[in-house]
Amino acid sequence: MVVGKIAKISGPVVVADGMKGSKMYEVVRVGEEKLTGEIIQLRGDRAVIQVYEETTGIKPGEPVEGTGTPLSVELGPGMLRAIYDGIQRPLTEIETKTGSIFIPRGVTVPALPRDVKWDFVPTVNEGDYVEGGDVIGTVKETKPIVHKILVPLGIKGKIKEIKSGKFTVEDTVAVVETEEGEEKEIKMMQKWPVRKPRPYREKLPPVIPLITGTRVIDTFFSLAKGGTAAIPGPFGSGKTVTQQQLAKWSDADVVVYIGCGERGNEMTEVIEEFPQLEDRRTGSKLIDRTILIANTSNMPVAAREASIYTGVTIAEYFRDMGYGVLLTADSTSRWAEAMREIAGRLEEMPGEEGYPAYLASRLAQFYERAGRVKCEGSGDKEGFVCIVGAVSPPGGDFSEPVTSNTLRIVKVFWALDANLARRRHFPAINWLQSYSLYIDDVTPWWQEHTGPDWRELRDEAMRLLQKEAQLQEIVQLVGPDALPDKERVILEVARMLREDFLQQDAFDEVDTYCPPMKQYMMLKIIMTFYRKALEVVEKGVEPQKILKVSVKRDIAKMKYIPEDKFLKEVAPAILEKIERELEALLENP
Amino acid sequence: MEALNKFVEYTSVSSIAGPLLIVEGVKGVAYGEIVEIITPTGERRTGQVLEISEDLAVVQVFEGTTGLSTDKTRVRFTGETPKIGVSMEMLGRIFDGKGRPIDGGPEIIPEKKMDIYGYPLNPVSRRTPEDFIQTGISAIDGPNTLVRGQKLPIFSGSGLPHNQLAVQIARQAKVRKEGEQFAVVFAAMGITSEEANFFMEEFRKTGALEKAVVFINRADDPAIERILTPRIALTTAEYLAFEKDMHVLVILTDMTNYCEALREISAARNEIPGRRGYPAYMYTDLATIYERAGRVKGKKGTITQLPILTMPHDDITHPIPDLTGYITEGQIVLSRELHRKGIYPPIDILPSLSRLASKGQGKGKTREDHPKVMSQVYAAYAEGRNLRDLVAVVGEEALTERDRAYLKFADEFERRFVNQGKDEERSIEETLDLAWELLTILPREELKRIPEELIEKYLPKK
Ligand SMILES: Nc1ncnc2c1ncn2[C@@H]1O[C@H](COP(=O)(O)OP(=O)(O)OP(=O)(O)O)[C@@H](O)[C@H]1O
Ligand SMILES: Nc1ncnc2c1ncn2[C@@H]1O[C@H](COP(=O)(O)OP(=O)(O)OP(=O)(O)O)[C@@H](O)[C@H]1O
Ligand SMILES: [Mg+2]
Ligand SMILES: [Mg+2]
Repeated sequence: MVVGKIAKISGPVVVADGMKGSKMYEVVRVGEEKLTGEIIQLRGDRAVIQVYEETTGIKPGEPVEGTGTPLSVELGPGMLRAIYDGIQRPLTEIETKTGSIFIPRGVTVPALPRDVKWDFVPTVNEGDYVEGGDVIGTVKETKPIVHKILVPLGIKGKIKEIKSGKFTVEDTVAVVETEEGEEKEIKMMQKWPVRKPRPYREKLPPVIPLITGTRVIDTFFSLAKGGTAAIPGPFGSGKTVTQQQLAKWSDADVVVYIGCGERGNEMTEVIEEFPQLEDRRTGSKLIDRTILIANTSNMPVAAREASIYTGVTIAEYFRDMGYGVLLTADSTSRWAEAMREIAGRLEEMPGEEGYPAYLASRLAQFYERAGRVKCEGSGDKEGFVCIVGAVSPPGGDFSEPVTSNTLRIVKVFWALDANLARRRHFPAINWLQSYSLYIDDVTPWWQEHTGPDWRELRDEAMRLLQKEAQLQEIVQLVGPDALPDKERVILEVARMLREDFLQQDAFDEVDTYCPPMKQYMMLKIIMTFYRKALEVVEKGVEPQKILKVSVKRDIAKMKYIPEDKFLKEVAPAILEKIERELEALLENP
Repeated sequence: MEALNKFVEYTSVSSIAGPLLIVEGVKGVAYGEIVEIITPTGERRTGQVLEISEDLAVVQVFEGTTGLSTDKTRVRFTGETPKIGVSMEMLGRIFDGKGRPIDGGPEIIPEKKMDIYGYPLNPVSRRTPEDFIQTGISAIDGPNTLVRGQKLPIFSGSGLPHNQLAVQIARQAKVRKEGEQFAVVFAAMGITSEEANFFMEEFRKTGALEKAVVFINRADDPAIERILTPRIALTTAEYLAFEKDMHVLVILTDMTNYCEALREISAARNEIPGRRGYPAYMYTDLATIYERAGRVKGKKGTITQLPILTMPHDDITHPIPDLTGYITEGQIVLSRELHRKGIYPPIDILPSLSRLASKGQGKGKTREDHPKVMSQVYAAYAEGRNLRDLVAVVGEEALTERDRAYLKFADEFERRFVNQGKDEERSIEETLDLAWELLTILPREELKRIPEELIEKYLPKK
């Protein structure tokens, strides 16, 4: 292995000489304390290294050792329920090993436990022909998730030997004889370099919506399975709460939650809450299908840069088993800033606002790793990775480089709005600014699973909200009395849409998750009210009277009623009451 | 070599720029180590290595470089990272921004030495903060409830009474549990002598000093020293909380001065700046301060942070409040308008937020009606404020009965709920009762955010 010498230290960036023979992105051990670092630039025999641990106390002249391997993750049973730092060091094991509440440096603990024996159940027989990506056996890792053991990519041949029983991740569970007659031992653990996307057979169209249970998302700005979304917003506008809601309730099999340069307490919240919360679909606990990556704002900045890659590689690996994976990254701005900080120390020519010129391409490469795919292997496994990235624009200004470059890539934009948050309108997703480019793709799904008029209802509601914004401008100037009756109805119904449909409290026991059919019925009821109200107003009823009907209160309470009861009893009653109460106004216009 | 290096004095300062020295021909120097600088007149100063290459060290000098020359300055590398000696004797004492006593008392005999940069808390070791801290201030305890282990900054403006508010909180803050130990760690950065005297006087007069450790870096103290002050304070706090089981409230004022010092160093190094000239790493740097708060597994003590900053030009989008808001768990915003109206404390509850409020409110913590009544009060005040803007345009005549009630509510809310005496300490029950009383101003059917049972039970009958 290459051994060089430190020439210069500046924060997380170390320059080493005598590194001839090293490779880009190779992992190196820096200094006497053997801190983990990665080569990010090579010039002659001089390497620039980003170090994943605090560098205080390191001196020029200390050794730098190459490892010959690029920064990689360990993939295999033991990842679910784990909490890792940005370079996949298991934080719970670090706590146990050090007995400290702090993370000291220089600790090495393997990502996957080496002593746990997993129950390996083979799914192939001797003599079967297998190739990279094929499943050769399974391990029931947690209650809802069966970990499929995949033939590492690049291996192809006949199963010469297959075992069954309890093994550690380093034990051989199968032997494959390749066409060249070579014997390859297969273990439950494999490694993959994080900066290299894992391949797939083909990308599939994003036609199935990811159901998140958040109405403004599902009904108005839908994310497709395999799709990409960005959620930019100023501080306190709801990025983290929204992402946690998605992680809790969306219909993905596996969730990779990356806390990238954000608060320690927010990770703690997930760690404490997810083991308690029940997964609606499987009846087990949410933590059983979750992997957490926590590189909080006070942890080393270079590991923050790596955390995004670590997370997405793990997500792809579960995708390759045929699972649907949701990856949330909070916040991609901190990731971009980590890049900027490192680039600044390299004295690279900066681009916009000091960000490196490659910011846009890095962002694109990251989101490009999302997708619904036909997986590698000979079977017909399909899986997906959805990526949802929070963006934290300075001063809430969406024109800054990270937000604007992200918006050029992602297909869904949930624009968080400080004004809405300040009015405690949550989720504070601005309905005039946000968009989803998947709406047409997912419309057939909604029509099939809710009602044929789903799209009309949605579009009409959207038009009302847009119209409301125009009318509000007029009202600001001349007061509401100046508006024609019909437009006063629009204002009233738009308010209903905002308060009774769009607003959804993440902390309400029932309303925290709203199933698709309930969303549809709620919307249908409000739009029925709208049409009926228009009808009677056209027949001469004063708009003020409409404000007073008692069914309005029933509509306001819809969100707090559990789906079953709502669909069976409440919704039909409300529809009937709208008809009855508004009709009654005609008798006495 | 290391041991030897301690005795080597370098006279090879090749250049001086702002607070930085460049020393050439050095050997065996570590990144981040502490440097002793002897000025041409024999005065000793302290510095730290910011960058080191084979034989060239960039050193920041905490006391500044005034009076240093390239030819007569001597530099010694100590081989140590910055540490502070801590002990229980620090309680009741006043120190300068570098941790030296300035109260005329004896030197501290340290129980141990701790690295002032500390280590990141393992997220796995944290516990979600949840114990209500009663500050006795209605506008905080009611809508913006503070909990133990939280970091909740005060966003102020120049000339607003944030210092007054800070000492009032320091004096009044309590958790309503028996037999727990408290301490206040107070760190002032770049405050005027007048302010410093105010703080010391207040602490002494009210007896708060006994359970406090005070660090003061004055406006005329070296700016670069401010880089150390909050870290020394937080190291002391970690010692008291995690080794001595105390509940520690850390007040850091004024973080704006800290950030200015950071910018000064960055400019001297010719770094590529981020927004408005502040260093690109300011978010990370501030996070290494603000994240040193919390509640952790297996430790009785906690650290709660109340940083104070003045927003340049009252602009909340300025990088200092902006980056702070992105790290802390909410913010208390002071308003110049309320201050002008004579309201103390001039807390504007609309842009204020405690993100952990719900963890400390409600049954078993404060009172069952707390979250709901506050949600109603918030909504009503917001509506009243909206209407105030509208009245400015269309005139009061255009308003309905209902609207007038909201306007009245907003006024009374400011005058009676937000406003309170500088020594007035309200229990949470008093705060909540006051909220209910104000709600009687509104027509009862407007109280949509409160369940009927609670209205029955708590709303005073007119
Ligand atoms: N859907 C929601 N339902 C109820 N409350 C919400 C919702 N979204 C946000 N909030 C409220 O807003 C506060 C701030 O939200 P959050 O922490 O998600 O903001 P953020 O955008 O992540 O901010 P930062 O950039 O500082 O991390 C929460 O503490 C909560 O009180
Ligand atoms: N982010 C936004 N996206 C879309 N429309 C917005 C947004 N912010 C404000 N509006 C417009 O402003 C209006 C909301 O302002 P308003 O202060 O009236 O809300 P409110 O107090 O909740 O409602 P009301 O005044 O009817 O009680 C909406 O009707 C909408 O048209
Ligand atoms: Mg957040
Ligand atoms: Mg309004």
